[in-house]
Amino acid sequence: MNEVYGPIIRDGLWKNNPALVQLLGLCPLLAVSNTVINGLGLGLATIATLVASNGLVSLLRKQIPDEARLPVFMLIIASIVTIIELSMNAWFHELYLILGIFIPLIVTNCAITGRAEAFAARNPVGPSLVDGFMMGLGFTAVLVLLGAMRELIGLGTLFSEAHLMFGEAARGFSIVVFEDYRGFLMALLPPGAFIGLGLIVALKNVIDARETKQTKTSDDLVAEPAVS
Amino acid sequence: MSAFKDHILRVGLILAGFAIGATSLVVLTEDQTHDQIIDNERQTLLNAINAVIPDGQYDNEILTDTLILGSNKQLGTKEVSTVYRARKNDEPVAVVLTAIAPNGYNGKIKLLLGINYDGHLTGVRVIQHKETPGLGDKIDLKKADWILNFTGLSLSNPDESRWKVKKDGGDFDQFTGATITPRAIVDAVKSALDYFSTHRDALFAITETEE
Repeated sequence: MNEVYGPIIRDGLWKNNPALVQLLGLCPLLAVSNTVINGLGLGLATIATLVASNGLVSLLRKQIPDEARLPVFMLIIASIVTIIELSMNAWFHELYLILGIFIPLIVTNCAITGRAEAFAARNPVGPSLVDGFMMGLGFTAVLVLLGAMRELIGLGTLFSEAHLMFGEAARGFSIVVFEDYRGFLMALLPPGAFIGLGLIVALKNVIDARETKQTKTSDDLVAEPAVS
Repeated sequence: MSAFKDHILRVGLILAGFAIGATSLVVLTEDQTHDQIIDNERQTLLNAINAVIPDGQYDNEILTDTLILGSNKQLGTKEVSTVYRARKNDEPVAVVLTAIAPNGYNGKIKLLLGINYDGHLTGVRVIQHKETPGLGDKIDLKKADWILNFTGLSLSNPDESRWKVKKDGGDFDQFTGATITPRAIVDAVKSALDYFSTHRDALFAITETEE
């Protein structure tokens, strides 16, 4: 069990993170990561779409002819996104008014087609669902982290407007980190998104490089103990 | 060759099958959600209207007592807009107008204004804008209370010459780091009040053609 799902989880969250390694879905990622709550909203909608599209593609993978697979993926994804949008508008209208603008953005997220093509079309339903969820979670984590960085630097707050998503009770979630903060506009504007994402990618590379080095040195020590 | 053709035909048919299936699902969902969505949108519109006119002040069906205005320079509208009329016991109480401030920092700002019969503002809300987050977006009630300052004002209160932001010698606060946005709104609100004062009776006139 763990041999199948372990790597999928690691891939989605870290090793092959859609935002940091595959660099997919940057259009919605950069556009709406200006606060934690916005990032979380897009992240949740993306997870739902990824799980549904991976599941469907995997379920139908034997029926989808290889030559026409990309148009079929697009059909499936676009229908799912439309159905999610309509259903939210009808039954979760309050939530729709907040997240509604993010839903069409998901169609522009090539990470979803990417996962359909790279994973769901070749794997059984179970692992495909997990892959969709984990990739979505990895994407959401980056969105929230980037949102937190930009909100903190740009506005000096965290979780502002949480009530838009979690209801009135969440009004108290908002944390003013710096009192009387004058704001740093660039962090909120598009350049802030690019710089922030660049820093996160760099940080991931530093951590990865350090890890490889450590394994290497310990290997070296075992193999050639005499070399200084 | 014929096998090749058969193959193309087969793939084409499968693709068509998927297109039909996917579209049917969307159509089915649309059909199931249509009424609910219309209802939700109606409720949202009513909430927006009630934000600028408290719903105790009128007793008519405000969503159907409407007047369609063409594009209008004083209101800043480039397309047709709907005016909602509030009445109590068939006496005119207030109108809800859409006005657009064309000169926001980041383009147009769409406003909803409630103006009562004697020319006082019953409320103003920003319903659409693209102003800078953290600076100009304080015009949005979600971010700050600034927009509530307009409630109760009229063309004579403050005096017509004081309908400006403080930086320009008027009565209205600007925001730290953002003058253009509040200036645009003050101008748009005043212009809408001007429009109301000259067109009041036409705005309340009963039109039979409205559904």
